[in-house]
Amino acid sequence: MALIKSLHARASELANSKAQVDFLSSGMFEKGGAQTFKEILDEHDQFPLKPGKLKIFQVNLGYMCNQTCKHCHVDAGPDRKEIMVKETMLQCIEVLKSNEIETLDLTGGAPEMNPNFKWFVETASQYVKEIIVRSNLTIIESNDTYRQLPEFFAKHKVRLISSLPFYNADKTDRQRGKGVFEKSIKALIKLNAVGYGKPETGLIIDLVYNPTGAFLPASQHSLRKEFKQVLKEEFDICFNQLFCITNLPISRFLDYLIETENYEDYMYKLIEAFNPMALEGVMCKNTISIDWTGQLFDCDFNQMLNITLDYNAPQSIGDFNIHKLNNRIIAVNQHCFGCTAGAGSSCQGSLL
Amino acid sequence: MGAYYESNDLRKFGKIADYDKELADKFFEWYGAVFEEGALSAREKALIALAVSHAVQCPYCIDAYTEESLKFGIDKEQMMEAVHVASAIRGGASLVHGIQMMNKVNKQEM
Repeated sequence: MALIKSLHARASELANSKAQVDFLSSGMFEKGGAQTFKEILDEHDQFPLKPGKLKIFQVNLGYMCNQTCKHCHVDAGPDRKEIMVKETMLQCIEVLKSNEIETLDLTGGAPEMNPNFKWFVETASQYVKEIIVRSNLTIIESNDTYRQLPEFFAKHKVRLISSLPFYNADKTDRQRGKGVFEKSIKALIKLNAVGYGKPETGLIIDLVYNPTGAFLPASQHSLRKEFKQVLKEEFDICFNQLFCITNLPISRFLDYLIETENYEDYMYKLIEAFNPMALEGVMCKNTISIDWTGQLFDCDFNQMLNITLDYNAPQSIGDFNIHKLNNRIIAVNQHCFGCTAGAGSSCQGSLL
Repeated sequence: MGAYYESNDLRKFGKIADYDKELADKFFEWYGAVFEEGALSAREKALIALAVSHAVQCPYCIDAYTEESLKFGIDKEQMMEAVHVASAIRGGASLVHGIQMMNKVNKQEM
């Protein structure tokens, strides 16, 4: 299993978000080629795409991560130094204080690697109903600094959403790196021990399946049954829901698709699986994404592609205005096919 | 004249309806229902379909059900065992006709 490096560390052309957007806008999507996402929205009378009520405030605390997963849409890794500073976090807290937003959703990289992570969770928990941490699990096992995370999460009733692409080492390690499965299992056992995944505690840990290759996920319902059964029988692990998330063709996954000559086939699969019903629930309709500098985006994927908000909307956390944001037009491009394919996909799994 | 099998043709399967929509609609509705979860799981059905694809030697079906198997996390060893099951049945189906040959020989030969 080859050691994976971030696109940045490899000085890859695709480390540049503009190069990715240019790629996604050309080739098979040029005039006379495949339908673009905007054209499909037009065909279904859904253009321009407008948001609903803002429910989720998704903060990316930085691109640093202890893992370098092959499919990572953030291009995160140990070499990434971009990290949100406390001043920006304070601006986020101000927004949460003065607006009714139900959920704070913390992501990264590994959000726990931000030195102010615990302070942020403790402070923000006073102002929102729910805090989600997208934890990669292995961070808990990575070194002594993080060993007490299960107790910390439980104390603040943090809801955890964690990737485990499959219930065996082969598929998991192939996507996420050697030894990741074993460490993830150890972390899950510790999380179970403090009450996560046990119905009587109210402590929730949801797992995320994403395909380990150039294909779409199977149905969430069938995979959930399998995951529950195998993890229980083999490791005595329990968890709440399994979310199936489609890999979006950006960043390292885009690089993988191009390298393996799967790009066009994969894009056609996404286009053909376009489901107008899934469009109803896409996450950009109820989420705002904040990057490590405090800039606002329609979603974490647009953040990575540096596709900025509608110019009429506030652009940074300091100018946050919920009414203006609710009236914005959501920026779309070809990667959005990933959220509307089949049963749909979002940070909370299938949409249907 | 191009090749008899073009992998992109699988993507055009729905166009079968261009010549006879009613029958195509019936076929695709039935096909969809067949693969829904039932007494057999969708995963089991994917593996059966993969084996049958090899038995009928349909390149489109092999592509489609290899990918479907990957979606369910079916591993390489399981897929290959399914292919061997199909091959064993095909091989066995030829070989068992040897009994017919033997019956004929026994009846006709002095």
